[in-house]
Formats: sequence, structure tokens, C-alpha cells
Amino acid sequence: MARMYRSRLTEADVTPREIWMNRRQLLAGAGALAAAGAAAGPAAAKLTTVESKYSTMEKSNSLHDITHYNNFYEFGLAKTDPARYADKLTTSPWSVEIGGLVDKPGTYSLDDLMKGITLESRIYRFRCVEAWSMVIPWDGFPLSKVLDRAGVQPSAKYIAFQTVYRPSEMPGQKTSILEWPYVEGLRMDEAMNPLTILATGIYGEPMPKQDGAPIRLVVPWKYGFKSIKSIVKITAVADQPPTTWNRAAPNEYGFYSNVNPHVDHPRWSQATERRIGGGLFSPRIKTLMFNGYGDEVAAMYKGMDLRKDF
Amino acid sequence: MAASLTLDAQAVNRRLRKVPAWPLYLAGLLPLAYMVWELFTGGLGVDPVRQLEHETGLWALKFIIAGLCVTPLRRLTGVSLIKYRRAIGLVAFFYVVLHVLVWLVLDMQFLWGQIGGDILKRPFITLGMAAFVMMIPLAVTSNNRSVRKMGAAAWGRLHKLTYPVAFLGAVHFLLVVKAWPQQPMVYLAIVTVLLAMRVVWARRRTAARMA
Repeated sequence: MARMYRSRLTEADVTPREIWMNRRQLLAGAGALAAAGAAAGPAAAKLTTVESKYSTMEKSNSLHDITHYNNFYEFGLAKTDPARYADKLTTSPWSVEIGGLVDKPGTYSLDDLMKGITLESRIYRFRCVEAWSMVIPWDGFPLSKVLDRAGVQPSAKYIAFQTVYRPSEMPGQKTSILEWPYVEGLRMDEAMNPLTILATGIYGEPMPKQDGAPIRLVVPWKYGFKSIKSIVKITAVADQPPTTWNRAAPNEYGFYSNVNPHVDHPRWSQATERRIGGGLFSPRIKTLMFNGYGDEVAAMYKGMDLRKDF
Repeated sequence: MAASLTLDAQAVNRRLRKVPAWPLYLAGLLPLAYMVWELFTGGLGVDPVRQLEHETGLWALKFIIAGLCVTPLRRLTGVSLIKYRRAIGLVAFFYVVLHVLVWLVLDMQFLWGQIGGDILKRPFITLGMAAFVMMIPLAVTSNNRSVRKMGAAAWGRLHKLTYPVAFLGAVHFLLVVKAWPQQPMVYLAIVTVLLAMRVVWARRRTAARMA
């Protein structure tokens, strides 16, 4: 009986990416032709990325998993809500305000922000505070590149982030389930860590809207809610900035929120996680300290009591 | 107005006398059938385990609430659905068992260490488990022989366990979610109102006896 639920499809049954991509290119090309009325070449649908040594070898979740199981309360509480409602969000034009204690504050269009940036494919484990996880092939670049360019002043000790506030396009923001806009923060060394990226794509595609288009943070050793989506504001500050979930329930969600199997959520265990993607038989696996990124990040927390600073 | 209501109720009750309770057991299987259909058509989404957990738990709570509505309905309108209450309760128990099984087998995958720890340490699991355990004697004694053996009064007292079961079930739902969404609060409010009615009636009975 159990066998019936299992998909007999294998990797080999998937349409090869080149063909799938090509189909999109053809469509995009046709669109460009129609629009321009000229002999424009097929538009490049795929983002150009280079590989990264920080990528995991684990098997990535399907794009369908990654785009149909989202916590993005701006679009509703159900994990299927973002896929349903995020298409309303206008992501172009988009600009990001970089300010606070920086030498070159300003509001940058996404194109300006991305100028001269090499996108990397970063395949990261993603661990939600709700004790499930995925593996996601992000396309992004170190946050430090943007911060270095802006010239962070020595007095800045933290970076604060803010999600777009647009209730007309984000129905969840009309409710008071959380305080809007969504805000997050990192300590400066966390923000400058090479693992911390701004992501603008997944699977070589521009970031799907339900995953935080057009640009979002990814901090792979912290619980997912730290990886703030659809960013419009990055501010260098002297004091630890407020963060949305910490404000909502300070005893449940700390500022740091590092993945830690030894510090349970007050209401559930963090010792294990279910790796989404296997249907009814998604395996429950052991959660790793710092989500398995201890080699890169553990040194930052030396001497800290991570039970207190959870 | 009251008189006409009573008359209507008697007519309804007369008609209901001809309607047997067994089709309710079949109807009670419909939500499960729908879940199985969803399972095969992808309707349970990216994480079917969590969805099954949620749906079986929610149906259990719905049937528990339905069972708690029988007495208020009779007292307020005169319509008596008492002969269907056993079926409602057993269907509720059926979904509670499914809920526990999905959790143990598909979600926790028999990690007994963590399961034990969760039952002891996690209030929402402790409360849910307590509600499940309290339902077991109710399910076991849900037959005419038990009523005869125990005597109607004792049987009735035992089955008052339904009240804490309903309350714990609703609190369990509220504690499992992040933030404060509306749905679990609505369920808890409904259960609270249904239980408060019992308290009011019990007080009135005591007052009447004292007078």
C-alpha cells in the first residue's frame, strides 16, 4: 500500500533544463520580437552565475516545492497563499535605500545596485523555525559587496533591513497578524560573513515573487524568518535594531535565532527537522548546529551563551 | 412563538425517529475520503504530512463540537439528536486516532525519545495527548452494554470528560500556530460558549434544588 504514494518518477523523467529553458527563451524571444517589431535575439531568461565553494552537494528541492510552500505573511498565513497572491506585487521598477552610518547613502535602482556584481549559485540548506527544511539553489552575491561599496562607518555595529510596505499589493499587511513593515537585523560581523547573501534568483531564474522578489536576504545558519524578503531598505546602525518576530514574541524568537538543536522553541523541539520534498515519507533528520555551517560562523559566537542569546 | 417552536420540534423529532444513526458513520468517513482523494491529486500540497495532521485534527475538533451541540439544541429548540450523539463522538475519536497516528508515524517517524520528551515538555502536545487519552474510556464505553453495566448516572458522569477534551483540543490548536491567527481563536470561542452553557445550567439546577 505504501508503495502507491511514492512517485515512480526519477530525475531522468524531468525535462532537461536546457530544453525547458530554451522553450522559455523562445517565448521570451517571441515576445521581444513582437514588442520591438525588430529582429531582436532571444532574450536571455537564465541568470548568469558562477559556482560557489559554499554550495552544499545535497539534492535541491524542486522549484515547485520552493515556490508553493512559503511563509510570507504579507500574502497570508497559509503556506500556499504566497503562490496564490504574490503575482500582484510590482517588482519592477524597484529601488533599495541604503542609509544610516554609511559614507555613500542613497536610493539605488536594482540595476544600479547590481552593476558589476557577479551572481553566484549558492545551494544552501534552509531551516525554518517550524522544524522543516529544504535545500535551495539561490542565485546571489555577498551582502558585504553592497556594504563595502556604501562604505560602512566604524560606528555602525548592526545592519537593519526592511521589507516593502504596500498593503494594496500585499493583503496580509492589511491585517495585524504582525507589525508591518517586516524588519530584520544582523550584527555587523554576521552581515559581513561570506555566507550572508542578497539573492535575486533561484535555479537561475529571477526570484519568484512568493520567495521575496526581486531581492532578499539569505542567512543560511539562521532560522528562515531572519532571511528577510523583498527588501527596500538597508540601514547601518549603532544599536541592535528591532526585528519583527522578536517584537511579536520575544520569548520565542531571539535577535540571533541561530539554528540550534540544543535550544528548543518554547513550544516545540528543534532537535530534528523534516526535509520537505519526499511527500508522505519526507525523512525526519537531525538538525545541525548552525544548520551545518559551524565551520564558517561558529567563531563569531565564541564566548556567547547561545541559550541566553538564542 | 415558543409554542410553535415546540410543536415544530416535536414534528421534527417524530420524523427523526425514522432516521437511523448508522448513515452518520458513513458520512463521517467522507472527510477521510476527501483527504485520500487530495493525497492522490496533489491537493495536500508540498508537505502532505503537515496537511494531513492539520485536517485530521480539525475534523476531530469539528465533530467534538458537533457532539457538544446536541444538548444545547435540545434545550433551546426541543429538537433531540441524542440518538446520533454516539456516532458523532465515535467519528470524532476516529479522527483523533488518525491525527495521533499521522503524528507518530509520518511526522515523528517513531523517534520515541523525542516523542516522549515532547509529550512531557511541550504544552500543546501534552494537552493534545491528555485529550486523546481521556477520549479512550469514552470510546470504549460507547455501547449500550457499558451504559447498563455502569448505570446511567455513572456513565453520564464519565462522559462529562467530553468537556475537558473539547477545551484541551481547542487550546491545543491555538498553541500549535505561530502568532495569533483567527481560526483557532474562533474554535476556542465556540467551545467556550458551549461549555459555559453547561456551567450556567448546572448553577440553575443547584439554585433550584436549594430553593
